[in-house]
Amino acid sequence: MNLCYAIPGKVTEIDGEIGVVDFGNGVRREVVLAMVSAKPGDYVLVHAGYAIKVLNEEEAKKTLELYSQILNLVEGR
Amino acid sequence: MDQDLKQILRHYRNPRLARKILEKIHEIAKDLQVVRMMHVCGTHEWTITHWGIRTLLPENVEVRAGPGCPVCITPASDIDSAIKLALDGVNVLTYGDMSRAKGSRMISLEDCGARGGKVGIVYSFMDAVKLARSNPNQEYVFLGAGFETTAPIVAYSVLKGLPENLKIISSHRYVPPAVGLLAESEDLAIDAFINPGHASTISGMKAYKLYFDEVRKPMVFAGFEPLDVLLAIYMILRQIRDRSPKMENEYRRAVTWDGNVDAQKNLREVFDFDDGYWRGVAIVPKSAMNFKEKFSKVDARKIYGLASGKGDHFPLNARCAEVIKGLIDPPECPLYMKRCTPATPIGPTMVGVEGTCRIWAQHKIVGVKCRSGVCKIDSESSPRTKGMPEGG
Repeated sequence: MNLCYAIPGKVTEIDGEIGVVDFGNGVRREVVLAMVSAKPGDYVLVHAGYAIKVLNEEEAKKTLELYSQILNLVEGR
Repeated sequence: MDQDLKQILRHYRNPRLARKILEKIHEIAKDLQVVRMMHVCGTHEWTITHWGIRTLLPENVEVRAGPGCPVCITPASDIDSAIKLALDGVNVLTYGDMSRAKGSRMISLEDCGARGGKVGIVYSFMDAVKLARSNPNQEYVFLGAGFETTAPIVAYSVLKGLPENLKIISSHRYVPPAVGLLAESEDLAIDAFINPGHASTISGMKAYKLYFDEVRKPMVFAGFEPLDVLLAIYMILRQIRDRSPKMENEYRRAVTWDGNVDAQKNLREVFDFDDGYWRGVAIVPKSAMNFKEKFSKVDARKIYGLASGKGDHFPLNARCAEVIKGLIDPPECPLYMKRCTPATPIGPTMVGVEGTCRIWAQHKIVGVKCRSGVCKIDSESSPRTKGMPEGG
């Protein structure tokens, strides 16, 4: 397992501190959600069985917008 | 939700966007001297190697792999301590690749398991807690390695209360002071840093401010998709061109300035941040997370009288320490892909799934153009002549 990597997955159920996270391709796991405030439907980064961060969808879009800005920018200098 | 996040993330591997950003990188690098950047995360190394990013960059832009593999930097003496306990009949639990890292006598927990030591592998600390709870008459010790991504899990569980029969060797390390130290190293002469993505979701960017202010070198926090890394490289080059070093965030969907404040609070409540040894690197100030006095009852070091991690121990002739520090590339080690392979790993950098040697070996890289000039590469050249030291 990767000790500095976390995998994004979607929270499908929550029961107290434990949630079920769907990682796609049929992979679902119980995950401890105590360190984040996640609700069903949120994407969380999961590291060693614990969610460490709720992913920010707006920011994910903004970064892509930043890409297009850069790509349309003339780097003349 | 108009567009599912998964759909959005797919764009981070878009080859058309990647080509365009590479054009921009080449354009900007034309007018620059040699730029040497370093990342400190095994997963960044994986992304860079897997997608062949180094081969796509301009000649004068170099990305070095720093000490980003927790298994690699865990002191040999901590592995020795865990082995001793396992042979004394204590159930030692740890993560999979941690169990394969060899201690000072070149024996790993896995080897010791084969010799009758009691060793178990867990995916998560949660599994260790469950095991201890369901076997109350057995004694358990968890060898906890990892950075601030992993440590809060242990801190949180300790605060919640562990089963009485579960103790912990904390080998956890905190990354920001290490980046500070690397940034000041004259041997490495690093111009800029690609800062870790997931460790920084916990610490926040603010944890690096102190070190940034000290060195004034570009630091960009980056995600793990190929476009994340390319964009981070572009951002660094832009800062260098404009002579305006700053801390910039490419990975805004996960990293924030403040980080995970609750997790930080738990860490500070449970651990002292002491000067601590990183295998192959140095003693890094305020980077070792050791249990505070009031948590002595879970601290395996205190209970079993174990020494705290010290001393460089690497296999004879192996150059793991230089690989960990980012001073050399794996093919410059005389053992790489000869005696030391993913199937027969000798050094920790070949054991850890985030170790540079392991990642390069899995991608069958036998040489690259390296700064030291030892292995001027081309992929055709024979691995036997690569990186052999004089007389080696």
